[in-house]
Amino acid sequence: MSTADTAAAPVTGAAARSPRPAGRGRVTAVLGRHPVGMVLAAPYAVFIAVVFAYPLGFAVWMSFHDYFFAAPGAAVDRPFVGLDNYRAVLADPAVRQSFGNIGIFLVINVPLTTVLALLLAVALNRVVHARTFLRVAFYVPYVTASVAVVGVWLFLFNSDGLVNSVLGPLAPDPSWLVNAGLAMPVIAVFVVWKQLGFFILLYLAALQNVPRELYESASVDGAGWWRRFRSVTVPAVRPATALVVILATITGANLFTEPYLLTGGGGPNGASASPVLVMYQRGIQQGQPDVAAAIGVLLVIGVLIISWVNRRLIERD
Amino acid sequence: MTPTSTARWPGLLRYVALFAGALLFLFPFYYMLVGSLQSEPDTSVAGAFPTSGLTLDNYRDINSRVDLLGSLVNSGIFTGGVILGTVVFGVLAGYALARLRFRGRGTLFALVLLVQVIPFQLLLIPLYVLIVRGYGLADSYLGMILPFAINTTAVFVFRQFFLQLPDELFAAARIDGAGELRLLWSVALPLVRPALLTAVLLTFIGPWNEFLWPFLITKQADMQPLAVSLANYISNVAARAANPYGAVLAGACVLAAPAVGLFLAFQRHFISTDIGSGVKG
Repeated sequence: MSTADTAAAPVTGAAARSPRPAGRGRVTAVLGRHPVGMVLAAPYAVFIAVVFAYPLGFAVWMSFHDYFFAAPGAAVDRPFVGLDNYRAVLADPAVRQSFGNIGIFLVINVPLTTVLALLLAVALNRVVHARTFLRVAFYVPYVTASVAVVGVWLFLFNSDGLVNSVLGPLAPDPSWLVNAGLAMPVIAVFVVWKQLGFFILLYLAALQNVPRELYESASVDGAGWWRRFRSVTVPAVRPATALVVILATITGANLFTEPYLLTGGGGPNGASASPVLVMYQRGIQQGQPDVAAAIGVLLVIGVLIISWVNRRLIERD
Repeated sequence: MTPTSTARWPGLLRYVALFAGALLFLFPFYYMLVGSLQSEPDTSVAGAFPTSGLTLDNYRDINSRVDLLGSLVNSGIFTGGVILGTVVFGVLAGYALARLRFRGRGTLFALVLLVQVIPFQLLLIPLYVLIVRGYGLADSYLGMILPFAINTTAVFVFRQFFLQLPDELFAAARIDGAGELRLLWSVALPLVRPALLTAVLLTFIGPWNEFLWPFLITKQADMQPLAVSLANYISNVAARAANPYGAVLAGACVLAAPAVGLFLAFQRHFISTDIGSGVKG
């Protein structure tokens, strides 16, 4: 491109008389019409390189090497170990348990989030009175710190908390957060409550684009509420559903604060430990960043596979 | 049934269901406030609606165990740093991506989209190794802010805002000889000011509520944001306190109040459906 410009310049003869336009043309060809844009975007580009691109490569590199913490400046050998870290991860019962746990979490959390968010968005969309109050009520948990609301859930769900005193003899024993079978479901429901407002908002945005005529013609055809919902609303918001499912899966796979605080570090006996919690324990508490990086790579591969499968399923039918 | 009553009943039911759901969603917040004001934890149903005996003792208690003011200042510096970085560099990048033609623009925009789907957990360990071990930024505000310094979602939102401005405006200003920075400062920015507020509010809740990253890199209590010091109180100290829940809930109220307060004051900016479509559409 730039060679063609320089070759063309003498032929026109313009370059001999006024070199500036040709020089400028070359600059435009190489840097674009507004090179100042590069300067304006540079801090962000550097940020992406330093905080995303480099660590991303570093994580993958680390997972294939024997990496350990050393004193700053010390020259240490970090040999390539192939798949050793991955083998160690897959053989580790705590890691396998945490992947099972996050599977339970996703199976409860993602469908519940998607269905409730869609139903509530449809209902909120048709509401005329108290519109602001209702939307605010469902959105408030989303803007509040997990650490703060975990405090009140601890209070609600402890063995002699309000939930158990309402349930009376029906209260589970052992109580919710110390019960191996219930700890993860409680966390899954907590996250549904915490995130739902955001997903309702995504659906509300999608619902604004559904043509009213579709509902009108369905009504004329005698379709009831459920038929209209099934055959007009659900297909019309399908792209939003794909997005909700994928975002809920990614958020769920990132789970850390809730098992760390709500169930006292993934208890009881690791029944609510999440992969990120195990990553923290292995990588930072026990000083094996290479193993932790391998957990991270496996987790992301898992999330990508689930997202891809979900997307295919949602977009097909 | 007459046609009017069939039309009215589902509508009424919808309101009943929505109000019941809304109260269920709000109840933990009410209970947090009530629990933080009770001297003794009362977990009976009647205890959720106390008529007397409310006190501020729990706030004094949590303040004596966690330096509330210091932690709030740390949260504020952390959040302020992220907002500053996002507003300054994010606006520049968003403007360049929307209105300027330069080499690498397409690549950069592809990265903006890609970064939004990279899960933070993959970056956690390498960022810790680099920032804490490599650059020695443990227990520092810079280390806390760095991974969040420019909110990519905000860059995307800024780009959308600048794209919506009419081309003629820019053409006219360029003919008048305005430079690009001047164009951004005196033509484009004033027009997107309301949108800027929305982006600042959305950026605020991220670092203010963030727990995992500041938890990893701050070991000194006097550097910890409130989310971290409260979490440490919950997991370590609470078992030994006289009314642990009261103190925890008091701390939770202090942590939640600024975000919830801002949200209630500016709820229009959070809950407009066009932002939802702008961010993730």
